[in-house]
Amino acid sequence: MEALYAITLGLLTACGVYLLLRARTFAVVLGLTLISYAVNLFLFAMGRLKSGAAAVIGQSSEYADPLPQALVLTAIVIGFAMTAFVVVLALRSLAEQGNDHVDGEEPRP
Amino acid sequence: MTLALLIALPFLGAGLPLLAERYGRSLCAVAAALAPLLALGLLLGEAGAVIDGARPSLYWQWLPQLGLNFSLRLDGLALLFALLILGIGLLVILYARYYLGKEEPMGRFYAYLLLFMGAMLGVVLSSNLLLMLVFWELTSLSSFLLIGFWGQRSDARRGARMALTVTAGGGLALLAGILLLGYVVGSFELQDVLAAGDQVRAHALYPVLLVLILLGAFTKSAQFPFHFWLPHAMAAPTPVSAYLHSATMVKAGVFLLARLYPALSGHELWFYLVSLTGLTTLLVGACMALFQHDLKGLLAYSTISHLGLITLLLGLDSRLAAVAAIFHVINHATFKASLFMAAGIIDHETGSRDMRRINGLWKYMPHTAVLAMVASSAMAGVPLLNGFLSKEMFFGETLDQHMLGSFSWLIPAAATLAGVFSVAYSLRFIHDVFFNGEPINLPKYPPHEPPRYMKVPVEVLVFLCLLVGMLPAYTVAPLLAVAAEASVNAALPSYSLAIWHGFNLPLAMSVVALLGGILVYALRQPLFRWYAGLPSVDAKDFFEQQVQRLVALSGWLTGRLENGSLQRYLAWMMLAALVLVAVALEPLPSLGGTLPRMPLDGITALGLLLLALAALATVLFHRQRLVALLAVGVVGLMVSLLFTRYSAPDLALTQLSVEVVSMVLLMLALFFMPAYTPQESSSLRGLRDFLLAGGIGTLVATLVYAVLTRPYENISGFFIDNSVPGGGGKNVVNVILVDFRGFDTLGEITVLAIAGVGIYALLHGLRLFQPSTDAQGRSWARDRHPLVLATLSRILLPMALLVSVFIFLRGHNLPGGGFIAGLVTAVALILQYVAMGVQWTQQRLPFNYHRMAALGVILATLTGLGSWLFGRPFLTTAFGHFSLPLLGEFELATAMLFDLGVYLTVVGTTLLILANLGKLTQEPATKEAT
Repeated sequence: MEALYAITLGLLTACGVYLLLRARTFAVVLGLTLISYAVNLFLFAMGRLKSGAAAVIGQSSEYADPLPQALVLTAIVIGFAMTAFVVVLALRSLAEQGNDHVDGEEPRP
Repeated sequence: MTLALLIALPFLGAGLPLLAERYGRSLCAVAAALAPLLALGLLLGEAGAVIDGARPSLYWQWLPQLGLNFSLRLDGLALLFALLILGIGLLVILYARYYLGKEEPMGRFYAYLLLFMGAMLGVVLSSNLLLMLVFWELTSLSSFLLIGFWGQRSDARRGARMALTVTAGGGLALLAGILLLGYVVGSFELQDVLAAGDQVRAHALYPVLLVLILLGAFTKSAQFPFHFWLPHAMAAPTPVSAYLHSATMVKAGVFLLARLYPALSGHELWFYLVSLTGLTTLLVGACMALFQHDLKGLLAYSTISHLGLITLLLGLDSRLAAVAAIFHVINHATFKASLFMAAGIIDHETGSRDMRRINGLWKYMPHTAVLAMVASSAMAGVPLLNGFLSKEMFFGETLDQHMLGSFSWLIPAAATLAGVFSVAYSLRFIHDVFFNGEPINLPKYPPHEPPRYMKVPVEVLVFLCLLVGMLPAYTVAPLLAVAAEASVNAALPSYSLAIWHGFNLPLAMSVVALLGGILVYALRQPLFRWYAGLPSVDAKDFFEQQVQRLVALSGWLTGRLENGSLQRYLAWMMLAALVLVAVALEPLPSLGGTLPRMPLDGITALGLLLLALAALATVLFHRQRLVALLAVGVVGLMVSLLFTRYSAPDLALTQLSVEVVSMVLLMLALFFMPAYTPQESSSLRGLRDFLLAGGIGTLVATLVYAVLTRPYENISGFFIDNSVPGGGGKNVVNVILVDFRGFDTLGEITVLAIAGVGIYALLHGLRLFQPSTDAQGRSWARDRHPLVLATLSRILLPMALLVSVFIFLRGHNLPGGGFIAGLVTAVALILQYVAMGVQWTQQRLPFNYHRMAALGVILATLTGLGSWLFGRPFLTTAFGHFSLPLLGEFELATAMLFDLGVYLTVVGTTLLILANLGKLTQEPATKEAT
């Protein structure tokens, strides 16, 4: 199971990085979103994977590591704020530059 | 304390002359002299004790983690240099009062001079090497300001730039050398470093650190081949040349050699590097000095030559040679400073420094002539003057070394040759300037004696030359002994400072030098003709050419790397991350760890597979933006399911609600953007990105697998154990968020609110093109607000709000809490916006989202501050159990108030973002309507 989880995470990251390197802002935003997912899952995995062990006292005999979960929870929310910021930045750039290329100008042929 | 005051006084006093400038030039000079006078008084107060063996010191911790401390120590060597700095500094202040013209900014000049003085005192008094380095750089900077004082002149600007480049470059090398030295010794404190000489010399890094430190010392002390900056620094006003470029700053390099002598000397490498550099400099400087027609040029090269002599002595690696070196530091400072001042007087009174024109000044200024002639004789090493004594010791020491084997005789021979030239140029200074016929075509004619007090500093220094020369044992001996002892950090062998040692080899060398010098001077005309035939190289032009070449090279390199394409920068960053992580992972012996693997279960595997496929689909369809967006949505849903699967219900809830909000956001953004991405990456770039992405993905997979299969220690046991007794909640994740790590959460909601405000600012005044049709040219649906959606959303709203209240209240004990409740509320409200439009909703929801977000942050902060009222640390939680009819027992904790703050911030920020973005789509619509 661990291997599958790791490979999926690697693939997710690779997809994110590939999109991040594209020339148009929307693809970059999508790439960033994928990378945030991957990072959150990565941080979460630092507490190891456990089934049926939610960190609620009295609900199970052993508990999953709550600390990475707390970190990831805020990371998800902040990640949303960041994505929103980038999206709006991209819109602003589109309005000011008249195109959605990351360098702010259409590539010269 | 006195020591700190010694350094602080000149810095503090630097402002005084600026203030006093308007009240007249004399008062300005007095104001400038105030601080050094006080400091000199303090220093003399300590001097007696230091000569008797005391070592006053001071130690303030500054950055102990880095080994940087404000520690000072006044030992013999520091005392000697501090006396020179303050004493000659005061004389220079007096001299400059008359030297500077009426129209020149005297206050600024004195301020620079005092800055330099403070920095120099810092260098000699520091007993922490890093601290010393700070002051060392300050001397380079203040020297730059002083050389460039006449900034309207191009030679001053160029000379100042060159001096700064060379000495600051050396300073960088010195920094590296000192860091290495501190690394080898384990401390930057001087007494530790000096005591660890054997350890340093035995270390493998010794050659590297020695070369680096010597680079710093040699550039500062203008040793060959870095000597070229000093003659060009003569563009400075003459008081500066007298002070910085003969008596003090250029001695800093020599001081460093003397200071680190116990730690670095005593090794063959030291001998070869230091003594041979010194010897070369000695000869080159002495020869070049003879051929200078500029009075200050002659003195500059002579200074280089004498610095070479001192360096050579320190390189000879015998304690007696070190004594001679320090003795010569004193003597050179006195006679050279007075010579510079005399040269300045001549320049001042005749308007020229060209020795081919200023002849026969004896008639016009006999008083100055006598002073200059005495000082010049001291420079030549004429008996009964101080220069003779140290030169004699120098000759004696060159005879006493055998490191070069059968070539050892070369050193005394070269020393005698340098002595010959030294006599010749001293003679030239006397004969050419004061005799040798009549002055030719002087700008100021006839010259006359300078103002009375301009000569006083010269008189004092010349008097010292005579006094030390005739009565060495009663004047300089105790100071010299204590300084030399501090330098070598050991007992000194016996030596005598007598004038007469009987007929011996050093005396014979002196006689040869005197006679040879007279002979060379007599032959000067053919020599000058020969010199004029040499190709002339202007060090300044050559230097600037090199600098410009360097600038062009770095400009080219920067242009290649930094072409303005963010895409390329990002690729570089990714590559760097890839390489760094790969290097860091390389020592890992095996991929898998010791933990038992979990069995493969079908449903989870299917979920992961779906996740992977959706991610791939995002990439494959990224040109069709809507499809890619939907695929991203699938990824997000699978991620939240994955959280559920692996015991993180809070995360799953958060992810799910964030997913909804993100989708709405991206949809809104997509409305304004082109629906398709053009195909424009070249195949090569595609391959590059594919490889980069693949590499990083592989690394992440490796890292995750390696971590997941290894056991680890964590601090979560504490949170689990203390969640109920300490935080009053059963949901540990929520208790961590609002209690244990509440401060972090406070920071995070603050960031959230700031992001919201930033987005609001970006959206302000934004005008975007709004397509009236979709990409295929079909117009949007007429029905902007479908009836079914509108009706359902209204029914859903109270239910959704109820759910969010429920999630909020139970959050402390069961999955839920402020973050999730806030997101659920936001989703419910956004649904109203989607279904009914911005205008309709805002009329019915008259909230100011800025205020809501701010209120949340303030509430959370106040909750934290509230615990101060009860004398507890920031963000301490109090809780108690209450029972309500019907609902039964429940718990109230102050953490809940904090969580309310979180809730408000999340709702406020999310709606601030989305409602404002949504408003953009409505604006033209409302215009159409009206």
